[in-house]
Amino acid sequence: MIHFVLLISRQGKVRLTKWYSPYSQKERSKVIRELSGMILSRGPKLCNFVEWRGFKVVYKRYASLYFCMCINQEDNELEVLEIIHHYVEILDRYFGSVCELDLIFNFHKAYYILDEVLIAGELQESSKKTVARLVATQDSLVEAAKEEANSISNIIAQATK
Amino acid sequence: MSGGGGPSLMDSLFQRTLDDLIKGIRLHLPGAAQSSFISKSLDEIRREIKSTDSQTKSTALQKLTYLHSLHGIDMSWAAFHAVELTSSPSFLHKKTGYLAASLSFRPSMDVLLLLTNQLRKDLSSTNQHEASLALECLSVICTPDFARDLTPDIFTLLSSGKNSIRKKAIACLLMVFSQYPDAVRVCFKRLVDNLESADNVQTLAATVGVFCELASKEPRSYIPLAPEFYRILVDSRNNWVLIKVLKIFAHLAKLEPRLAKKVVELICDHMKQSEAKSLVFECVRTIVSSFYEYEFAVKLAVVKIREFLLDSDLNLRYLGLQGLLLVAPNHLWAVLENKEVVIKSLSDVDRNIKLEALRLVMSMVSDDNVVEICRVLIGYALKSDPEFCNEILRSMLSTCYRNVYEIIIDFDWYVSLLAEMARIPHCQNGEEIEFQLIDIGMRVKAVRPELVRVGRGLLIDPALLGSPFIHRILSAAAWVSGEYVKFSRNPFEIMEALLQPRTNLLPPSIRSVYIHSTFKVLSFFLHSFLLPGKGVNSSLSNFVDIEPGFTYSESEQEFTEIDHATSSSGLNKRDTFTQEAVVNMLTLVITSLTPLAESHDVEIQERVRNVLGLAQLAQQEISCNHDQKEKMVDKVDLKTSIIIRLINDALSEDFGPVSFSAQERVPVPNGLVLEENLSKLDSLCADVQLSISESFSLVKPILLPTDGDSISNQQNEEESETSPAESMSLLAEHRKRHGLFYLPSDHNKNASSSFPPANDPNQRDNDVEDLVKLTEESLVLKRKPSSSRPRPVVVKLDEGERLPITVKKTDENDDLISGAVRDVLLGNEASLRSSNPSGRRKGESHSKDKVENSETGNLSKRRSKHRNHGKNVEDKEENSEKSKKKSGGRHKARRRADGGIDVAVQKQVIPDFLL
Repeated sequence: MIHFVLLISRQGKVRLTKWYSPYSQKERSKVIRELSGMILSRGPKLCNFVEWRGFKVVYKRYASLYFCMCINQEDNELEVLEIIHHYVEILDRYFGSVCELDLIFNFHKAYYILDEVLIAGELQESSKKTVARLVATQDSLVEAAKEEANSISNIIAQATK
Repeated sequence: MSGGGGPSLMDSLFQRTLDDLIKGIRLHLPGAAQSSFISKSLDEIRREIKSTDSQTKSTALQKLTYLHSLHGIDMSWAAFHAVELTSSPSFLHKKTGYLAASLSFRPSMDVLLLLTNQLRKDLSSTNQHEASLALECLSVICTPDFARDLTPDIFTLLSSGKNSIRKKAIACLLMVFSQYPDAVRVCFKRLVDNLESADNVQTLAATVGVFCELASKEPRSYIPLAPEFYRILVDSRNNWVLIKVLKIFAHLAKLEPRLAKKVVELICDHMKQSEAKSLVFECVRTIVSSFYEYEFAVKLAVVKIREFLLDSDLNLRYLGLQGLLLVAPNHLWAVLENKEVVIKSLSDVDRNIKLEALRLVMSMVSDDNVVEICRVLIGYALKSDPEFCNEILRSMLSTCYRNVYEIIIDFDWYVSLLAEMARIPHCQNGEEIEFQLIDIGMRVKAVRPELVRVGRGLLIDPALLGSPFIHRILSAAAWVSGEYVKFSRNPFEIMEALLQPRTNLLPPSIRSVYIHSTFKVLSFFLHSFLLPGKGVNSSLSNFVDIEPGFTYSESEQEFTEIDHATSSSGLNKRDTFTQEAVVNMLTLVITSLTPLAESHDVEIQERVRNVLGLAQLAQQEISCNHDQKEKMVDKVDLKTSIIIRLINDALSEDFGPVSFSAQERVPVPNGLVLEENLSKLDSLCADVQLSISESFSLVKPILLPTDGDSISNQQNEEESETSPAESMSLLAEHRKRHGLFYLPSDHNKNASSSFPPANDPNQRDNDVEDLVKLTEESLVLKRKPSSSRPRPVVVKLDEGERLPITVKKTDENDDLISGAVRDVLLGNEASLRSSNPSGRRKGESHSKDKVENSETGNLSKRRSKHRNHGKNVEDKEENSEKSKKKSGGRHKARRRADGGIDVAVQKQVIPDFLL
């Protein structure tokens, strides 16, 4: 299973963290520090696997972002590499050629999409279309809720005048 | 009216949005400015989150979640607000609430209890998006309480008509099972049903994923499901699913050889046909790790590995090497076949690939090729960057040391290899080389002359003194030269080397070793001069008696002859111990050491004074003698001679390795309470200890365990142990503090089990080396040492010296899960044995029933009661399970009979489980 997912920018800034195994806040920041040091220092065109504390971290760089997933020794590295690519493709499709800024300002959406791709550290949906469809429906639900909220707040605003 | 609503309205009107927050953070430079901005925003959030307007609250929570997940800001204080928002009717707010909950909630939070009802409500919501929010959240923050209370709801969802919900519920089960093993009894059957319904790939993938994780922990329970997995392996065309099923078979096949026979060809087919590298690699890995008895399959796998190795993609090359590493223990030929690729990978651009290659190279090492491989590796070490160079050296050292130098036959070669390593510019393995030089000196008598020769080479080179990494090795060289000076061809030269001016570059701890060695050399020299043909010869001839016919005997006989010969044969050697030489040496010693007599370091000062005392005494008497020119007659009666004889007697005793159980064998006298007075000492010295132990050099530093767990284990152990063991640990403690006064031979590597921190091999060096060790151990242990070759005797002590085998403790929870799985599977299928006495099962199901019903009633009180009850039953079952396993086949027939009754009882009960 995947223990955690990290998105780190080339400058070492964290863009997304999702933990499927229990780590305390202290451990989390330690893990991020260790791994970003390790992965960012690796040159381009090297292999995408790093051994770390008895685990394996599979990472891949897309533009300025490093997508990292931590797995067990006996898990399949190539499979995880495909999962990363799968997630990136879905993001790309959703945002329309995704860039780092998209993920910065829509961090919650990055999480929601990730939650449709992975659950409990396992891949749950291998179809990009299905994920896109689910996310789109959720978005429309959110939009509807927003409109409703706006109208309610209008009412309140008028009532308090 | 406006008074009450005012502040909250203002808040919501002028609230910073998430975008504002992010822009603000990006505007401020990282550092003080940014953190002050963040703390200002936090203050705002604290105010806003209390707002009664749920939009304001939601935005505040979203901002906080952002700060938490990307800037590590604590948000546990806002947990209640997150729970509040999950119950919001607005989907937007609910989503925000759940996101915050799944990112920040911890099992220890009290507020979790408040979430149970909301989760239940959302799980049974008709809106599938709400249900999936709840499931996602549950899969991350599941606690035993959640798992117990929500098991019925998840059970319902396991057969949901909506695939997106069903797969999430299935994936959730893994968490639920691990938190609350009893849930297995409720949900397992439906989980298996999902395995059978091949209508949807995603639910199947999720189900197989759960089984893959479960089987990796305790595979035995899932053997009855093998037909299902087999069918999937045959039918499925989905690579994700196939990879997981292969993993499951890798576990099952180890336990059930008949199963292996059945699937091995199928796996080979997949390997041949598949286009997906991930699946091919999974097949390879499965074959070489679990099906290595099937020659044809392994051959095919090795072909695939070779394709990987020759691929231009670095990832595949890396995996190819990993595959080889997995093959190596059982089929070394595969590694040898690809030897060139492996060796070539040692100079790859990618460090990870280099490391894998290094591990592989080390796995090839045997007593036949160790010389050759080490030669190649030294070459690579010289070429490599410092980091990898040391990695190579470390692997070489640990491989050669394994099982007390099992693979080394030619120790003369090995000792010179160690010296060669010391001269490699980046060498940072001084500690290990130091240890091995001394260790070999003590264990292998035959190698001592060569050791002295090598030691001389190191000591005499003034350039080496400049490099701090080599100091430890020099310390060993100095010790060896002093201890075995009798094998030296020119003690005067060694004395000069030990006293050369550049020794002031050494740290005090090592310098004192140097000085102590001068003492040994001096006393040997004086002895040879004053008492020729006495002590030394006798000790030498003793030596020869004990170990006749070894290489060193040649040089020794030379000595013996020289010493015996009163005539002028071997003039050069004879000259070594002339009066002039002695006087020269004494002058050298006195002039070089006198300044050090005032040294601030106690160790140095004390040792220097010892040496000076002896030297000055000898100088007086010998120069007097010189005038009288009657040296040959009187020498024996001189005061110096008497002292020298005593000293030499003391020094001539051979050091040997000390068994770690030696102390245990000493009975504790009656009435002696070892703990008395000493127990307090420990706490008193706790602070001082570290700094002291650092300043001593000869003993390898003891690495304390890093995790709190083993420390507490150790403490427990110490507390519970009886007095001999107590004394052992005290001894070890003492040894740690006063390392220098103990023989370096009681190396902590080989400690017995009574002092855990020292003997854990994992704590010795870094991970990589351990891995190398691990992979090789299995390989080399199986090889039979070629007994035909002459190999010098290596002193080994009793078995206590060996590294203890660490027992892997299985997780209690896994046991519980697998126990429950076994019950469900075996009970339902009625074909195999069931281990539960029927009465107990009845009680069990009864309690289960109540848990189900308690949904409606007032929960908390009864819940805890039932939970305890369930736990107890579990425990008992475990025990009975275990005892039955132990008792073996004798009860088989009876068990079968029991099973019959059991099934009958179960059939009555099952409907209750299944709603």
